[in-house]
Amino acid sequence: MGLRQNVGVSVKRDSIGVGISVGAAGVAFGSVAVAGHFTVAQACVLSLLLFSGASQFALVGVMSSGGSPLAAILTGTFLGSRNGLYGTRMASILKNRGWRRVVAAQITIDESTGMAIAQEEIEQQHTAFWYTGIAVFFFWNICTFLGAVGAKAIGDTAAWGLDVVSPVVFIAVLWPRLTTRNLKLAALAAFTWALCITEVVPSGVPILTTVAIAVIVGWK
Amino acid sequence: MTGAWVAVLVTGVLCFVLKYVGHSIPAKWLERPRVGRITTLIPIVLLSALVGIQAFTTQTKFTIDHRLSGIVIGAGSVIAKLPFPATIILAMTASAITYRVKI
Repeated sequence: MGLRQNVGVSVKRDSIGVGISVGAAGVAFGSVAVAGHFTVAQACVLSLLLFSGASQFALVGVMSSGGSPLAAILTGTFLGSRNGLYGTRMASILKNRGWRRVVAAQITIDESTGMAIAQEEIEQQHTAFWYTGIAVFFFWNICTFLGAVGAKAIGDTAAWGLDVVSPVVFIAVLWPRLTTRNLKLAALAAFTWALCITEVVPSGVPILTTVAIAVIVGWK
Repeated sequence: MTGAWVAVLVTGVLCFVLKYVGHSIPAKWLERPRVGRITTLIPIVLLSALVGIQAFTTQTKFTIDHRLSGIVIGAGSVIAKLPFPATIILAMTASAITYRVKI
């Protein structure tokens, strides 16, 4: 029993640790959003309601590079679709109903799912999911606010290097996922395609149309 | 910025609906390998395209500017497996220095 309690404590500690380190990246999001002409309130609502880093950065990135709201919505939603898949995976572990399912759905992200499925026992899976999800939510939202207010105070954000934060965050997210030759080729194709057509189509279209590359490469 | 509010709220609601639906459907609906492959690829292609657009365009025009140094240092730091905060700070510093020197 003592050993089991120790495992439980270390799962909680690790989960909160993930929450702090991932949540801290909220500073980057808040500042990028404000640098991209979003308001502090919009940055905070994105972190509370959308609560998915890649979708949030992408939505801001598409709109601040001149894309329409529709292009931003579609890009953000496509990027958020993997959380739906995580939801299905987590539902088979959590078996929640009612308001608990609503809260569980909102905190279903890369980190909460990843921490949960890394545990061996069902009890620890529950603990890891809830602690990680709630910790990331808490720190991500506080840090978004701090980053947004901070960026508003510094003015010319390019002079502080803020215009490379978003693409570098994406590179950091992408690189570990490019585990096979097909995935690397798809990434290179999408990167090249977007830059080749950017001058001849409306903003937002170069990004959205790469979904076709995902369908073509993934079909076989 | 009404357009921005529309994007913020609609994307927020749609992404929540996707997560909630995910929690509510039988797991076997998503077990087809093709669905799995395509949904793995979607974030990869979208984020790759975003890297290109955010790093190398200005108002839809292809541009090489101060951001290049930040991207090169950032990518190098990711490949060298530096911690995430170090990666971001190094990239920001490189880009900011190049930007200020040029002015």
